[in-house]
Amino acid sequence: MSTTSTQPDLLYSEEEEALRAAVRDLLTDHCDAAGVIARTESDAPHDLEAWKALADGMGLAGLLVPEAKGGQGATHREAAVVLEELGRAVAPVPFLTSAVVATEALLAFPHSRLRSSGGTPIADDLLAELASGRAIGALAVALNVPAGGAYPVVRHENGSLHGELTGVADAAVADVLLVPADDGGLYAVRSDAVTVTPQASLDLTRPVAKVVLDGAPGRLLGDAEPAVRRALRAGAGLLASEQFGLADWALTETVRYLKERKQFNRPVGGFQALKHRLAQLWLEVVNLRAAARNAADALASGEHGEEVAVAVAVAQAYAAPVAVRAAEEALQLHGGIGMTWEHPVHLYLKRAKADSIAYGTAGVHRSAVAELVDLQAP
Amino acid sequence: MTVDAGELRRRTQELLAAHPPATTDRLDFLRARFDAGLAWVHYPEGLGGLGVPRSLQAVVDAELEAAGAPDNDPRRIGIGLGMAAPTILQFGTEEQKRRYLRPLWTGEEVWCQLFSEPGAGSDLAALGTRAVREGDEWVVNGQKVWTSSAHIARWAILIARTDPDEPKHRGITYFVCDMTDPGVEVRPLRQITGEAEFNEVFLTDVRIPDARRLGEVGDGWRVAQTTLNNERVAIGGMRLPREGGMIGPVAKAWRERPELRTHDLHQRLLKLWVEAEVARLTGERLRQQLVAGQPGPEGAGMKLAFARLNQEISGLEVELLGEEGLLYDDWTMRRPELVDFTGREAGYRYLRSKGNSIEGGTSEVLLNIVAERVLGLPAEPRTDKDVAWKDLAR
Repeated sequence: MSTTSTQPDLLYSEEEEALRAAVRDLLTDHCDAAGVIARTESDAPHDLEAWKALADGMGLAGLLVPEAKGGQGATHREAAVVLEELGRAVAPVPFLTSAVVATEALLAFPHSRLRSSGGTPIADDLLAELASGRAIGALAVALNVPAGGAYPVVRHENGSLHGELTGVADAAVADVLLVPADDGGLYAVRSDAVTVTPQASLDLTRPVAKVVLDGAPGRLLGDAEPAVRRALRAGAGLLASEQFGLADWALTETVRYLKERKQFNRPVGGFQALKHRLAQLWLEVVNLRAAARNAADALASGEHGEEVAVAVAVAQAYAAPVAVRAAEEALQLHGGIGMTWEHPVHLYLKRAKADSIAYGTAGVHRSAVAELVDLQAP
Repeated sequence: MTVDAGELRRRTQELLAAHPPATTDRLDFLRARFDAGLAWVHYPEGLGGLGVPRSLQAVVDAELEAAGAPDNDPRRIGIGLGMAAPTILQFGTEEQKRRYLRPLWTGEEVWCQLFSEPGAGSDLAALGTRAVREGDEWVVNGQKVWTSSAHIARWAILIARTDPDEPKHRGITYFVCDMTDPGVEVRPLRQITGEAEFNEVFLTDVRIPDARRLGEVGDGWRVAQTTLNNERVAIGGMRLPREGGMIGPVAKAWRERPELRTHDLHQRLLKLWVEAEVARLTGERLRQQLVAGQPGPEGAGMKLAFARLNQEISGLEVELLGEEGLLYDDWTMRRPELVDFTGREAGYRYLRSKGNSIEGGTSEVLLNIVAERVLGLPAEPRTDKDVAWKDLAR
């Protein structure tokens, strides 16, 4: 294998750190753990008020959208920083699903001739809506599907769409669904034309839903396959930053707790068996940050070549086990309190475990690595 | 005047013009480079540097490499460059700096490190080699171990106990020891690979002038921290291309010899390949932090990561090779000057990498360091903290 021709920038710029600070401030005000837990017990687990502040107030929904199309014209590097903070707060907002995945799918149609009645390309109309936060989008593909993987489609018959799709993350709050159909097209469907039913989900803060289309009208955007592939690859690559945020919270919070918690007349964090476990975890979290930054930087390069694919596959092959282990270690090392509904660690465990399936498991991504770097199976 | 990249390039070209590498003796060239301040540009003027940021060294190195100039074989003199030099720079007198740094950098004088003892490994501060003052000299007696390069070294950095009545960290003093002193006996220490990279060093009535002391009497532990911190940077901070480490030969064997492949090995190989790539990225990130002047605590973890990876990857490689894995390339007792991971076979890599989690701080001690200094967890109980060294259990 050759080395990469240019070294990735794995650090955070001053602007990125400023963005992080602003997002963290906002989440501190809007997304405290007790509030998030209370919300999961209601019919509306998503925090649309926090989403409005992030999308409308800060313009974060349009980070990946060019300024000419109503967005911020930023890159995946900034989106990754936002995801780190959203992961740290396990915030129930549709940033990854709408501002990354659905947005990336729409960005796959830059030269589409399919136009709305107003004369602008349909994809551009929707991009502007999503970027401004006026609408939430969701790609109607189950959350577990990896880039390049097979996904169910609906029937396109007599100009309308029929079928049922399950496992669609954040569909419950979506205004627009991007639906792949059996004619190979990707269709934009308004959510009021379909029936969305929340499914009881492992992840309480990014629940999945069933979408039933019974003769729903859809506007054709273009070919589904390349758009879905592009969207899922960006989703997988940036998910690593959310997983880093989750893992970093789990480690930081556990270290903090173990300095305070006393048993046998000393802080529990002073026992070497636990110190070594936490130091090992720190090592993995530090590694995860480098892998996630590398994936974000590769995606931001705007290329779609093999190096980006390797960076994303490496990040996802590494990230999921680390985030899950961080959450599991946090639970175990918190002892009894970690097993309660009241303590937020379960939100992180559920998110981390669901994330380990999202956009392909670590094993799926390892197989992708095998193909990409020519380490073929027997 | 301010020395920027352009000025450095100009001075490097000036050096090359005055001492053309093709027609200049290697050592003469290295001495001239040192005197021009282009050896290590972040060192002070007159001591091989120009007092400019370390990141500018790359400018000089690139010019010299392009011109085919000889280098000082940095791997061969790693202990001098990585450990002795920064310590001498920080704690040495002007006279010491002028005497030692130039031949150290050119490689004319090789350095070794007399720290570890049979009874003081992880607990280095418990060391028992004694230095007793006699007039202007110190008389040293004791035994050191795991000393690489001792058999070719001109000088050693040495820590010895000068006050047994103080608690262990306080009664230590740091010296420069002349390895040609008749009281210094160097014996090869054969290791599990069959060769002897390291030595045992016996010190019998070795006389060291007080002028070769580094730092204050009794302050040797603090001085040694500079050495040890630089050692860990040197061990963990290498820059690697993708597949540049131990994963390289395994990936090559996998590609070239499909008959060796099994499903179990494939899964394990991919997992380790990903981990090696991620560790490489972490190293690269650490390097970028250093260049940006924001050193992070990641360095403490790099050695831990590479020790484990080297061991697991080389273990996998031996298994992958099947019948060949039953063989060993060479058990001859040799005295290599360098660890040669790539020039030897899988069995050697497997055995040698066992040392990676012991040398330069065991992985267990490093985990304590990460837990305490990075995560801020409570320190291990220190029952020896206020006990005079002479009263410690041993």
